[in-house]
Amino acid sequence: MSQTNRFDFHKVLLLGSGALKIGEAGEFDYSGSQALKALKEEGIETILINPNIATVQTSDGFADKIYFLPVTPYFVEKVIEKERPDGILLAFGGQTALNCGVALSESGVLDRYDVKVLGTPVRAIMDTEDRELFVKKLDEIGVKTIKSEAVNSTADAIKAADELGYPVIVRAAYALGGLGSGFCDNEEELIALCEKALSFSPQVLVEKSLKGWKEVEYEVVRDRFDNCITVCNMENFDPLGIHTGESIVVAPSQTLSNEDYHYLRQLAIKIIRHVGIVGECNVQYAFDPQSMDYRVIEVNARLSRSSALASKATGYPLAFVAAKLGLGYGLFDLRNSVTKETSAFFEPALDYIVCKIPRWDLGKFHGVKREIGSSMKSVGEVMAIGRTFEEVIQKGLRMIGQGMHGFVENKFMSVADIDKALSAPTDKRIFVISQAMQRGYSVDRIHELTKIDKWFLHKLHNIVETAKEMEQYDDVEKLPEQLIRQAKSQGFSDFQIARSVFGDWMNDHSEEGSDRVRSYRKSLGVTPVVKQIDTLAAEYPAMTNYLYLTYNGSENDVKYLHDHRSIIVLGSGAYRIGSSVEFDWCSVNALMTVNKEGWRSVMINYNPETVSTDYDMCDRLYFDELTYERVMDIIELEQPHGTILSVGGQIPNNLATRLDKSNVNILGTSAKSIDNAEDRNKFSAMLDRLNIDQPRWSELTSFEDINKFIEKVGFPVLVRPSYVLSGAAMNVCSNNDELERFLRLAANVSKQHPVVVSEFIQGAKEIEMDAVAQNGEIVAYAISEHIEFAGVHSGDATIQFPPQKLYVETMRRLKKVSSQIAKALNISGPFNIQFLAKNNDIKVIECNLRASRSFPFVSKVLKINFIDLATKVMLGIPVERPAKNAFDLDYVGIKASQFSFSRLQGADPVLGVDMSSTGEVGCIGTDTNDALLKSMLSVGLRIPSKGVLLSTGAAKQKTDLLEAAHKLNAAGFKLYATGGTHKFLNENGIPAICVHWPSEPDKQPQALELLHNKEVDLVVNIPKNLSSAELTNGYKIRRAAIDLNIPLLTNARLASAFINAFTSVPLDEVEIKPWQAY
Amino acid sequence: MRETKRAVLTLEDGTTFEGKSFGYEGSTAGEVVFNTAMTGYPESLTDPSYEGQILVTTYPILGNYGVPPRRQKDEVSEYYESDCIHCKAIVAQDYTYDHSHWQADRSLADWLKEEKIVGIYGVDTRALTKHLREHGSMLGKIVVDGAGDVGFYDPNKENLVAKVSCKEVEHHGQGDKTVVLVDCGVKHNIIRCLTRRGVKVVRVPWDYDFTVIPYDGLFISNGPGNPDMAEKTVENIRKAIEIGKPICGICMGNQLLSKAAGATTYKLKYGHRSHNQPVRRVGSDQCFVTSQNHGFAVDSSTLSADWEPLFVNMNDGTNEGIRHKSKPFFSAQFHPEASSGPKDTEFLFDEFISLL
Repeated sequence: MSQTNRFDFHKVLLLGSGALKIGEAGEFDYSGSQALKALKEEGIETILINPNIATVQTSDGFADKIYFLPVTPYFVEKVIEKERPDGILLAFGGQTALNCGVALSESGVLDRYDVKVLGTPVRAIMDTEDRELFVKKLDEIGVKTIKSEAVNSTADAIKAADELGYPVIVRAAYALGGLGSGFCDNEEELIALCEKALSFSPQVLVEKSLKGWKEVEYEVVRDRFDNCITVCNMENFDPLGIHTGESIVVAPSQTLSNEDYHYLRQLAIKIIRHVGIVGECNVQYAFDPQSMDYRVIEVNARLSRSSALASKATGYPLAFVAAKLGLGYGLFDLRNSVTKETSAFFEPALDYIVCKIPRWDLGKFHGVKREIGSSMKSVGEVMAIGRTFEEVIQKGLRMIGQGMHGFVENKFMSVADIDKALSAPTDKRIFVISQAMQRGYSVDRIHELTKIDKWFLHKLHNIVETAKEMEQYDDVEKLPEQLIRQAKSQGFSDFQIARSVFGDWMNDHSEEGSDRVRSYRKSLGVTPVVKQIDTLAAEYPAMTNYLYLTYNGSENDVKYLHDHRSIIVLGSGAYRIGSSVEFDWCSVNALMTVNKEGWRSVMINYNPETVSTDYDMCDRLYFDELTYERVMDIIELEQPHGTILSVGGQIPNNLATRLDKSNVNILGTSAKSIDNAEDRNKFSAMLDRLNIDQPRWSELTSFEDINKFIEKVGFPVLVRPSYVLSGAAMNVCSNNDELERFLRLAANVSKQHPVVVSEFIQGAKEIEMDAVAQNGEIVAYAISEHIEFAGVHSGDATIQFPPQKLYVETMRRLKKVSSQIAKALNISGPFNIQFLAKNNDIKVIECNLRASRSFPFVSKVLKINFIDLATKVMLGIPVERPAKNAFDLDYVGIKASQFSFSRLQGADPVLGVDMSSTGEVGCIGTDTNDALLKSMLSVGLRIPSKGVLLSTGAAKQKTDLLEAAHKLNAAGFKLYATGGTHKFLNENGIPAICVHWPSEPDKQPQALELLHNKEVDLVVNIPKNLSSAELTNGYKIRRAAIDLNIPLLTNARLASAFINAFTSVPLDEVEIKPWQAY
Repeated sequence: MRETKRAVLTLEDGTTFEGKSFGYEGSTAGEVVFNTAMTGYPESLTDPSYEGQILVTTYPILGNYGVPPRRQKDEVSEYYESDCIHCKAIVAQDYTYDHSHWQADRSLADWLKEEKIVGIYGVDTRALTKHLREHGSMLGKIVVDGAGDVGFYDPNKENLVAKVSCKEVEHHGQGDKTVVLVDCGVKHNIIRCLTRRGVKVVRVPWDYDFTVIPYDGLFISNGPGNPDMAEKTVENIRKAIEIGKPICGICMGNQLLSKAAGATTYKLKYGHRSHNQPVRRVGSDQCFVTSQNHGFAVDSSTLSADWEPLFVNMNDGTNEGIRHKSKPFFSAQFHPEASSGPKDTEFLFDEFISLL
């Protein structure tokens, strides 16, 4: 690489994206890690600010200094002041980093400390971020954007519509909820609608209707010498109107002709040149399916979710290259990192198709709308690679992990109104299409209702046809070879083929049926082949280890040594609520240890937002499914020494028993032990044998039995149905009313669908034991405590490590019980036990014989890598107990949860026994207050400056919050409180202004008005109980706080802790110290 | 299952690939080459440079957007690159029976049948491409079940340029300046690119002595096969060099101009056929993504002292264009007219026109 073009930087600051949230997820761990690698290679000192402790980029060896601090102008300035970097990277940490960087530039901080922005200048960022500037900028070069014309009369509306071209959308200005809006295909319709709209609104907006237009994106790269390439284009399966993050997306585009493709490509290059991007950006288009008309939807002047996807889809390391270009290099200075010999100035040629499918978890929330549209709700995504569209869509639908087997042969899903479900898309639309096709809807009819391009629909129809054909046979072995080959080339799994033949018999014989298909097809020689992703469609030899499996091919691209010197690590799959970047960290660390210990590392994962799917993290990457079928395909090809299931969360863990039955060498704890811990009955019996206490529970099949059990243990109880009709899967019920309501509305109790009822212990502490054992002996452990009392899901709780308020006696018991369990299950590898503690009694809630969500957190706080240890154990390497333990730490780590309620319109932002957070941060401080303040500010809370609204629930919680209320009062905050809370505060001598619930609309002042007028900047709302009036009132306040972006706390213990922290520690006394200095 | 006929592609080294026929159900033979472009099959099929070749597409799904109508506009084809399909056959992994595009008036299958061109799918084109990459382009034949066997056919032994060139002088466009276009198998978009810039194009056969007519600039087109077959054109170009009027060449045009400048050409192992070939303007920081389709290349080291390389391939260092050190003569090995492929180098037409 020529050094001559590089600018002279010595120390560069990179801003991360913070906690994972909807719209900003793991993709920025990937882009940040790549950028850090690119800088490190240049010998530049790197500083990273990112409170997301579970990421790979915040691991040892990625940045020289890591600050677990909020990515906000205040903290970034503090770090700049301390570190004095000469450059800053803003494009690698999503919108969070970009916004923060723009603010620092505008306030003059960057100039003051002489920090240069690498890559795209701030001016160009602002031109793309500000809607008005953006439209103006593109107008300058005659590029069309989506514009609306504001008019005050019907005559002007007609003029505007003529200019825009029909059809148009008319929206009444200043009207809420779309009142008076509609589509007009011609002047007549326009006149009618405008007259109506103008009758209640002084102004209407006329906008060109792009309903049904295609949505196409280009990823564009430009260097400072004005050389441009488009690395990839992508086409949305769902037409315009559905956010690209909510759309099924394919790459490359499928329905564009050469002329279309290059027309949009050329425009993208024209735009990136005019805006002046240096690095990477993406351009999103709306494209008319009936002409070559287009509109630019937006330009993102930074690495984005799409660019991460494009990197994985093509093998072109966009973030790495963008970082190098920011340093001053030209594209011609850089090499293609896959072929190593060709230039980085080129556009990848794909000889496969990829399909991205979003993963939603809407079922986890109360009250959220299922419709998908222009705002993002999905929490993760998958990418499937194959060589036909049918293959990738079916692979992808399995990967999203919502119990679906592909496009067809799924469990019956009842759809009341198919037409409506097709035209008003929800997260389930693709399956509605499947049903419609099976019920005889034509491609044309479905196209009319969905506007999805017929190309996609015809391909989907091919799948339905193949399934129908197989359904004609009554036994697997009777299926003709050609038909099985066709099914396989269309992405059918063994299960789907078996189900097409055996039908509902498969509900109870899923393994047996699938195994029969497997052995039959293998006897016919129907097996998948392994192909490489090499960026040049085989034009040049590539030593790439980036692989996928397909049935559309006849030859493997790689040779197998069969020397049993490789170790397969199963990754975590799609990010979802409950499993995200922390398991990617675990996977990556396991790979690194496998390599360090002299084995070849093999990764299987399909999540494009991860670092574990970077092909330079392992010796071989199979970007493919984590199903039993596919994992076995790979094991049979690879013939590894062993397979690691315990670092990727629950998905790989669930494969244990079945892989074990197929004689796969599972490294670490045995499948039998895993089953003994996972199976509630077996585990419970074991605890009884060991004389270890657990909350009483029972699996019950009738109301009568449930009542009998409750008579014994008393309310409240935790109820876990095995079959959920709607809403969350678990609930705490405090009385008969609630129990009945929950069981009748939400669940189904029967012999087939038993309910697990457990005693729920109030006011208990929840404690986590994260540990590594070898042959049943604990090697290393970390005990951490929840700030909240039990009842908040451990994934939502705020966790403190090392524990600051546990009795020594409790700690001793925890260790003893954990050792007993480790021994009984003969654990070798990572595990986690959750405990309840009240007084000095401890009870075991559950035990997972795998790495847990908190492994990266405790590993980084303790500075002992638990995964490294666990992997060594699993490789059979003797390990020594680390000399250090938690008692030696003179600092505290606090892990806090990030919620994305603002994205989930309608969802009740209240925490319960089911998890609802989408991400987390972990910050280190000198004491609890310091660490808590950092972590709470990192997840979006702000220290109030005006007033605080308190409605503090039941008597117990009111008392819990009394001290905090005193502190707020002493600190001079204006307090507002609802009825009961107001009375309670007055009685305790705390002045507060009484405000009224929404259910008393005629009384003043109204709580909601207070929020709307922004007179409070912190809301503490503790739900008292589940009575409907209480729920509605509380819900309205909570939801308003979220919608108005006012910090909200709903847990008394956490609220107390936070209030205590910010009233005790002034912001400028918060310690600014890198991880390495603790 | 869809009823399809089995088709077998046999390479001259005996390797076979089995697929299913979706085009004309006959047998055919030619030189097997691969193209890594992801779009542009109507353009490629009608590109005269593919004369005699069996085209293997590495992009696995073929036929997605059907085929645009056969229409003439300004005396050249509106959507195609010539009047007929020049490839002997097309080979893909997967074929889309139900295409979707507003401009399409028929499917690729229908078009192939119409022009009696073989099309097969179900072939592991990645494996085939790797085979060609490792062993070099080779001859091949496709036999569809029910059709008779055929022998191998080597198009490079034929004068393909003579075969695809126009037979008589043709005129295109209007303008004050006259450009003589030597048709070695010209793609229609070259004609469109010239006439769009307001010049009169006199399109002459490959062996026509254009020096007898007055002209302001000479343009030498692309074309199929081995440049050594077009010695007559090279002789005429030598005369044009003496005349000194501006000269520009594309692809075959680059090779013929180079030969006129004293250089030699050689066959590449498997050629450049794609939309993503990176080239750099020699001595500058300017790089371009280009569309390419050629099996032969110019040996830059054999250029005479008055000439120098203009562009170089950033992947393998091969010649991508030449220019005269003092006179207005230059050429490009890649396709600035694109069609199919990226249009980033269309400015070369402007550079040429500005010299007239």
